[in-house]
Amino acid sequence: MLDVIGLRASAGDKEILRGISLTVNKGEVHAIMGPNGSGKSTLAQVLAGHPAYEVTGGQVLFEGRDLLDLEPEERAQAGVFLAFQYPVEIPGVTNAYFLRAAYNSLRKAKGLDEVDPMDFLDILEQKLKVVEWGPEIMSRAVNAGFSGGEKKRNEILQLAVLEPKLAILDETDSGLDIDALRIVAGGVNRLRSPERSFILVTHYQRLLNYIVPDVVHVLVNGRIVKSGGKELAVELEARGYDWVEEEAGVA
Amino acid sequence: MTETYVRQFEAFAANGGSEGPAWLPGLRRAAMDRFAAVGFPSARDEEWRFTPVGPIAQADFQPAVPGKVTRDALAPFLFGHAEWPQLVFVNGKYAPELSVLPALPPGVRLGNLAAALRGDGELLERHLTRHAAPETTPFAALNTAFMRDGALVHVPAGTTLEQPVHLVFVTSPDAAGAVAHPRNLVVVERDGRASVVESYVTLAEGATYLTNAVTEVVSGENAWTEHTRIQRESERGYHVGLTHVDQARGSHYRSFTLAMGGAIARHNLHVRLNAPGIETLMYGLYLARGEQVVDNHTAIYHDHPNCNSWEVYKGVLDDRSRAVFNGKVFVKPEAQKTDAKQTNRNLLLSRGAKVDTKPQLEIFADDVKCTHGATVGFLDPQGLFYLRSRGIPPETARRVLTYAFAAEVVDEVALPPVREELNRLVLARLGYVE
Repeated sequence: MLDVIGLRASAGDKEILRGISLTVNKGEVHAIMGPNGSGKSTLAQVLAGHPAYEVTGGQVLFEGRDLLDLEPEERAQAGVFLAFQYPVEIPGVTNAYFLRAAYNSLRKAKGLDEVDPMDFLDILEQKLKVVEWGPEIMSRAVNAGFSGGEKKRNEILQLAVLEPKLAILDETDSGLDIDALRIVAGGVNRLRSPERSFILVTHYQRLLNYIVPDVVHVLVNGRIVKSGGKELAVELEARGYDWVEEEAGVA
Repeated sequence: MTETYVRQFEAFAANGGSEGPAWLPGLRRAAMDRFAAVGFPSARDEEWRFTPVGPIAQADFQPAVPGKVTRDALAPFLFGHAEWPQLVFVNGKYAPELSVLPALPPGVRLGNLAAALRGDGELLERHLTRHAAPETTPFAALNTAFMRDGALVHVPAGTTLEQPVHLVFVTSPDAAGAVAHPRNLVVVERDGRASVVESYVTLAEGATYLTNAVTEVVSGENAWTEHTRIQRESERGYHVGLTHVDQARGSHYRSFTLAMGGAIARHNLHVRLNAPGIETLMYGLYLARGEQVVDNHTAIYHDHPNCNSWEVYKGVLDDRSRAVFNGKVFVKPEAQKTDAKQTNRNLLLSRGAKVDTKPQLEIFADDVKCTHGATVGFLDPQGLFYLRSRGIPPETARRVLTYAFAAEVVDEVALPPVREELNRLVLARLGYVE
């Protein structure tokens, strides 16, 4: 589904991704772990098309299409979703309006009719269950005054509504208390399917107790230095990142 | 030119300007003398530094003549409910055939100034020009000299006006080159409650004319007054307005000003707090595009202790438009425990747009809480990326974020039908098709 080949990217003069290669097959869950500043979040944002980063080399194929050639909205329309580490607050726009606008943009791109507000409410009712929320959240402004946990739940709600083929979760576990983590992880697990792939960007193994990955990659200094099964995450939790950095000769 | 208006005044004084109560001609004459002495403001005048008055001063507008406006033509500017009282003025003159005056609570007076001046003048003598002094601005002096008609709203003590009053000032299609000087007086007595909406609209889209309005608002003890001002003049017209509010002990006054019309539009909102325990909310939104210049000057006078004022003005500026914001807060030495907050935020949609914003706090008491903040910026790129990452095209994303910026202040309007109408106007202006 996703082939990242020798991807390099910079922010300003600083090269952050220094040749990343990665293949994610349909239905797989990949975890990207690594110390602070290793480039994990940059990778997530570059895949979603964040304009702050410049791709300086490599290729990204999504279902055979050149992903890097697409605008951010076209990537979303193609089926890529990024759950933000810091979801943006939009005072003045209700969650219901925002979700429907996004949902209809994707439908329009597929040549389907837009859904009216009443029909959309029916769709939402089902989706709200994924994150154990009631309908009252829909009349609140997008993320405005939301707690850290609520913002992350809202990202997962958007994921549930937009039904992407590839969901990239950028540090979705950071800043969550244990209850919020359980709800967010539960939501992701409900959305797992043989048709949908996930990339979980995380610093801690904690999230992976709830969402069990198929593959774990360790990113150090802009490169993947080690890949393995879920047991690699456990080992990282026990031993920290120093040993992989030493093995990779970058510490 | 100043002389043009001096000549017009002599003609007016000889023919119609001498009507009304005995105290009136002297007031008019004094105001005209004042205007003749000071003339139109220039860029050297600190209060008008950023506002090009030249085109208004040089236009030599002629006194507006009665114009014809049909109900159908007026319909797009009306909103709310059919049972709302509605006073319509065409080119500054009361149009009874377009107005709606339903049954009102006992003692409530709702009508036009010209009729009131012909009748008992006690209320008018007590209030007219006693709040918005002709010396406030040269335009206020000019308005006072020529004032003849406008709205009179009087809510007696302990009375609640359930329905908002809509005052509609419309220019007829043939109003090019004319000036109207509407003069309004709103008095809400002790424990009274009222909501007044002033709309300045036009059927002379594309025409150059001048509306020079003055509104005096008197809010009695413990009175509650909501005041909404919608300015949608022709984008080639000029609009100058002064609203002066006097508040008594324990009263609550909230204002919302929407400015979106006029080639040059200036509004002064002055609020004087005449006793302790007063609350004042001032919200404003201005939307400018093309070469429009929109100027808001506000002044709040904290003359007594324990009063709160809260002010938020926001602007959205496109193309090569310009905005001016000046927010004065005066706190007298005796006005301890004053809580005054002022915010002015500006969103630029184009690199050619420009804002001059100036908070001006003069605080002479030491135990007060006074804050101010002014920002000028472009749309947040992270917000744009957030929306685009959800599949929303960039043009739509920009509109959604721009609307969100404006909606935040519109949401502060207390009455739902007024809020909805303002929302509709903002959405339409920002190019939404819902």
